[in-house]
Amino acid sequence: MNNLFVYCEIEDGQVADVSLELLTKGRGLANTLGCKLEAVAAGHNLEGIGAQVFPYGVDALHLFDDARLAPYTSLPHTSVLVKLFEEEKPQIALMGATSIGRDLGPRVSSALGSGLTADCTSLEIGPHEEKKENKVYENLLYQIRPAFGGNIVATIINPECRPQMATVREGVMKKEIVSADYKGEVIRHEVNKYVSDTDFVVAVIDRQMEKSKTNIKGSPIIVAGGYGVGSKENFQLLHDLAATIGGEVGASRAAVDAGYSEHERQIGQTGVTVRPKLYIACGISGQIQHIAGMQESSIIISVNNDPNAPINTIADYVITGTVEEVLPKMIKYYKKNTK
Amino acid sequence: MSLKIIVLAKQVPDTRNVGKDAMKADGTVNRAALPAIFNPEDLNALEQALRLKDAYPGTTITLLTMGPGRAAEIIREGLYRGADGGYLLTDRAFAGADTLATSYAISMAIRQIKEYDLIICGRQAIDGDTAQVGPQVAEKLGLTQITYAEEIQKVEGGKITIKRRLERGVEVVEGKLPLVVTVNGSAPDCRPRNAKFVQQYKHAKTITEKQEADADYLNLYDSRPYLNLTEWSVADVDADVKLCGLSGSPTKVKKIENVIFQAKENMTLEPTDEAIDTLMRELILNHTIG
Ligand SMILES: Cc1cc2nc3c(=O)[nH]c(=O)nc-3n(C[C@H](O)[C@H](O)[C@H](O)COP(=O)(O)OP(=O)(O)OC[C@H]3O[C@@H](n4cnc5c(N)ncnc54)[C@H](O)[C@@H]3O)c2cc1C
Ligand SMILES: Nc1ncnc2c1ncn2[C@@H]1O[C@H](COP(=O)(O)O)[C@@H](O)[C@H]1O
Repeated sequence: MNNLFVYCEIEDGQVADVSLELLTKGRGLANTLGCKLEAVAAGHNLEGIGAQVFPYGVDALHLFDDARLAPYTSLPHTSVLVKLFEEEKPQIALMGATSIGRDLGPRVSSALGSGLTADCTSLEIGPHEEKKENKVYENLLYQIRPAFGGNIVATIINPECRPQMATVREGVMKKEIVSADYKGEVIRHEVNKYVSDTDFVVAVIDRQMEKSKTNIKGSPIIVAGGYGVGSKENFQLLHDLAATIGGEVGASRAAVDAGYSEHERQIGQTGVTVRPKLYIACGISGQIQHIAGMQESSIIISVNNDPNAPINTIADYVITGTVEEVLPKMIKYYKKNTK
Repeated sequence: MSLKIIVLAKQVPDTRNVGKDAMKADGTVNRAALPAIFNPEDLNALEQALRLKDAYPGTTITLLTMGPGRAAEIIREGLYRGADGGYLLTDRAFAGADTLATSYAISMAIRQIKEYDLIICGRQAIDGDTAQVGPQVAEKLGLTQITYAEEIQKVEGGKITIKRRLERGVEVVEGKLPLVVTVNGSAPDCRPRNAKFVQQYKHAKTITEKQEADADYLNLYDSRPYLNLTEWSVADVDADVKLCGLSGSPTKVKKIENVIFQAKENMTLEPTDEAIDTLMRELILNHTIG
């Protein structure tokens, strides 16, 4: 009872990275709270799931195996979670801020009347004092996310409602196994007790999943561009530099919104989180939502014509100049001095 | 076949154009510095509704927006593009709502509108990027939802076929009406205002706006009832005040912090050939690149 639950996303028998990252975070939080970590998997042919999740320190795995549960549709997965949560009364429920998690989470939270915080960048446990009512809450989930406008970070709590729900994007949390032979229990549920025929009102007629074209998450070098790059044509300079020194191109949301770059490449709170060895920020001002996705880069170089751009404060090297003049010089030097 | 469509649209501060004056010296948001706009993905949603109206004559589009009095602008913007009417849900008691309290209020207003085949909203509002209100409204009304729609392909015999854009692919799904659809920014842009509709509706006003208007054309509203925009309060939609606004919100903001980055000690370079050559040499020597 009152454990921490993580909803695991499954595609082709594989648990999604984001779910494993949440299990890692969940394990840490469960240790702080002194409760168990439980995972939920709903889909079809789930035999291999246990072996994938137990090493992350999962104490119980709830399996809902039924051909009708794959691919994902909203109502049946909602019914599974709502009923399971009514029975198990988790104190915390986490899911990925993905196409699935952001479809499922709000529905489950609405059905249970519990709060949900989207896109958290950090999760912690702590107390809260409600001075007006003279009430003290222990062990609440602090759901921390950058908020409106840019320069602020908000800590959200749900004092009264359970479960405390949050979604987190892929890449924000680290993925780390506890032990290869961690032992947990498998609990197989009878799916018909959880879903009803009327839940199957949406039929998936066609489905085409593609592997992502970019690999920014895994790249040791990222050349990222912002609105200051100025045009799609200028963005080509970033692609040239990335190709020359062996990296991937990333972008700020303003650059994506302006059509300079693809959405897949967006870095930040609502894009991917990266931790490369080298991050070259070109024409990026450095709002908190962007920084949230790249601040753990080992070395940061900022190329910006404004010497006071906020990103400069977290940069190791600041080049005060324009993208148009600086990048060609970098490319030229590298080409001349390596084979 | 004709459809009754409700479009949910929100007025949002234009966070995409956050300028340097967006934050006040005390670290709070300077809302006055941000223009209020039609949430971009709600325009994509409106366009999907307008296309259905083109395809199925007799279809009607009703906008529903919750916000302060000036959000009536959203309804006018919708009318200028071909919507048929709209409701502004406005009440002090709605203030401070999180997504759950917002969805509750909106769902109560939809119950008041009563007749609908389809509710279309944007995927997410740019002020919070939560993407929660659509699915939560659906849940509160006991309807299913189809999220991330890029194209409503057809509506036939009570069924709707929709192409969805997911993170890693596309899906075509079929659902039964009525339901809630949330529309992605990758869907076609909304058509511009139509000059004829602008002429027709530019004096459309809510009761509060009318009180501030010139007496001169107050009688206009009697002769042209379509210029009356309905304003609804908590009581008008039979909502329970306890479930609205701040008191109806399970999530609370515990703390807002100004972000002060741990400033690193950094090296500032001029964009000269020598400086950049030195930097590149260093990066190659310490194996950061190459
Ligand atoms: C809920 C929410 C979520 C968000 N999520 C994200 C996210 O995931 N990722 C993200 O990036 N943003 C996100 N944002 C947006 C974020 O707040 C900023 O608006 C955005 O990061 C700004 O992008 P930018 O730095 O490219 O543009 P700007 O802030 O416009 O900065 C441009 C910079 O370029 C410099 N410049 C101009 N010309 C040149 C030149 N020729 N050469 C060199 N420098 C030049 C300027 O000095 C300036 O510093 C989010 C916002 C909200 C509200
Ligand atoms: N106050 C509101 N009034 C009308 N529609 C809203 C409101 N808030 C949210 N919505 C709708 O719900 C969608 C998702 O909003 P959000 O959950 O805030 O990201 C928006 O794109 C709108 O279509």
